[in-house]
Amino acid sequence: MHLETLLNPKISPNSAPTLTDKILEVNDLSVNYQSSRGTVHAVDSVSFSIEPRRLIAVVGESGSGKSTLGLAIIGLLPTPPAKQTAGTVVYKGTNLSDLDREQMRGYRGTEIAMIFQEPITSLNPVYKIGTQIGEAITIRDSRKTKKTSNSQSPKTKHDRHEEVIASLKRVRIPDSENVAERYPFELSGGMRQRVMIAMALAQKPSLLIADEPTTALDVTTQAEVLKLMRNLMDEVDTSILLITHDLAVASQVADRVAVMYGGQIIEEAEVNELFDEPLHPYTNGLLACIPTGSKKKAKLKPIQGSVLDLRETYNYCKFAPRCPYVMDKCWTTKPSLHAPRQEHRVACYLHE
Amino acid sequence: MHQDKNTEWRVTYMNSDKLLETRDLKTYFPLRGSFLQKRRYVRAVDSVSINVDEGETVAVVGESGCGKTTFARTVLLLTHPTAGTIKFHGQDAVRSNQYYRNLQIVFQDPDSSLDPTMKIRDIVAEPLLGLSKLTREAVDERVAQVMNEVGLGNDMLYRVPRQLSGGQKQRVNIARAIVSEPKLVVLDEPTSALDASVQAQILNLLLDLQTRHGLSYLIITHNISVAEYLSDRIYVMYAGKIVEKGPTDDVIKKPRHPYTIALLASAPIPDPKKKNLLGVEISGEPPSAIEPPLGCRFNPRCPLAKELCRGKEPTLDQISENRFVACHFVGETA
Repeated sequence: MHLETLLNPKISPNSAPTLTDKILEVNDLSVNYQSSRGTVHAVDSVSFSIEPRRLIAVVGESGSGKSTLGLAIIGLLPTPPAKQTAGTVVYKGTNLSDLDREQMRGYRGTEIAMIFQEPITSLNPVYKIGTQIGEAITIRDSRKTKKTSNSQSPKTKHDRHEEVIASLKRVRIPDSENVAERYPFELSGGMRQRVMIAMALAQKPSLLIADEPTTALDVTTQAEVLKLMRNLMDEVDTSILLITHDLAVASQVADRVAVMYGGQIIEEAEVNELFDEPLHPYTNGLLACIPTGSKKKAKLKPIQGSVLDLRETYNYCKFAPRCPYVMDKCWTTKPSLHAPRQEHRVACYLHE
Repeated sequence: MHQDKNTEWRVTYMNSDKLLETRDLKTYFPLRGSFLQKRRYVRAVDSVSINVDEGETVAVVGESGCGKTTFARTVLLLTHPTAGTIKFHGQDAVRSNQYYRNLQIVFQDPDSSLDPTMKIRDIVAEPLLGLSKLTREAVDERVAQVMNEVGLGNDMLYRVPRQLSGGQKQRVNIARAIVSEPKLVVLDEPTSALDASVQAQILNLLLDLQTRHGLSYLIITHNISVAEYLSDRIYVMYAGKIVEKGPTDDVIKKPRHPYTIALLASAPIPDPKKKNLLGVEISGEPPSAIEPPLGCRFNPRCPLAKELCRGKEPTLDQISENRFVACHFVGETA
């Protein structure tokens, strides 16, 4: 009985958002990196929003700015060299870009949490799994009591332990009592990533940013972890921003997909729409690059050329040098995101 | 003219059309322990028999820790086999001085497999130096020719690896592998470090080179779609053993071993209408290679496992003309 109450959806300190409310709104966000060899424009005027209990996938190749976008949202940009030069990140009505470091800490973890590709680098090697998850729970509780200021009786050690075990059980870790007593190095990659998810969700965030969470895992483990993330969204009432290079993964788990190229979102649509009728030539090209079937049937059609140098500023379409449908217009002005269809945005002159 | 010189050292073999054949190949790594204890081993490769015919592409597919890379290293004799034989054109490879000349490898990580201090020209030329007595001019000519074949300009020749992109580095790796005109190239995860658009370029390049030179490929990969795209035949490896083999199309279309079924179901397909991934019913992790489970090594994770599977290890049995499956209950997956 006790476990069940713990597994119940959280009681948000803020008023519960209705479905039309946005959890997160990113407006015109730009991030630069200062390097000795010039300024790299990693994220370039990105705007999008996330609704409650939705899984948004940001898909892009290496250097597309997708990870920087994730770090900028949670306020973990390595500054310097990184710097947010423009735009706002609005979380449930609060502009996070205005907050100072101390205020931002209050949001990190309990409101917006993040998990990374290599769980071993995110876990402390000298503490037991149970201790580390317990710490996350303590932080959550201390913030909650600060906010609501009604003095709940402080949790006993026993309660906390119960909750640690419950959160490990929630991510389907078998033999969780035992796992809580182990150190990170004693677990496999898939187990570690599940521990990370358990820890992130123990703080009951409204938004979980997952940066390539399954890239280091085997396919069978990847399938399990993705399935778990998808199932937990409703259980703990959270939205997920999934950052991935793999369109196939996005197609399997996302509700909505944004494709990034050269620091910009070049196309964004509901998952079925994006895969049925991709509008941007880059999205089309990426889909044609995924081998499905045998060489005997059809040869792959790779996108010609390679990614561009983001140290330059571009006043034309960044995909123009590689685009098979390039027009004169593409070389003179930069296309902006517009919606030729309901809920389907694209930055390309082909669809004006 | 240099062409003649190039082929001069190559030995033509007759007799067998089986280019490469391994039989019951085992690679064990001893573990350290007290001298009082019984010696324990990591059984990375445990009785693997495969064959590669001339001009054929064979894929060995499995997850990390299944022993596929150790198998590749053993085939290349970079790791010495504990037991079993490797035959090349019917001759014992371990004793053959011709073996290395006909075998090359493309490694997974283009960064760590290229010497950061060497110029591209020297990296690509290196296999020629040990194997042939070509003049410097002939080497230069051959390097230029190969660079052209892999789609790299001559302006790349005097650069060092860090000045190249990931895709270009992998092209250099491929150039180095084919420069000595081998018969068999082992591709160990050739595209897993690359982005999707670059991966497609490299896969096409590999196909072009194969048609042009009649190469055989042995691909080691965890990526089912890469294996499906490139290979003619496929071997599925689990915990050091081959659990299923057959023509690629047949295996992909109708997998019969429960592990192959799970592996294929776990590979995400880029189609939101076919949500295969969320229905996957496999759990757990691959077993330890030190003390693998008794009986069938897949039994702790297998939905079909019964008493027999815990007691007796299945053999790789023929189920139809070209299909072999190591499962006691293969009848139930038909």
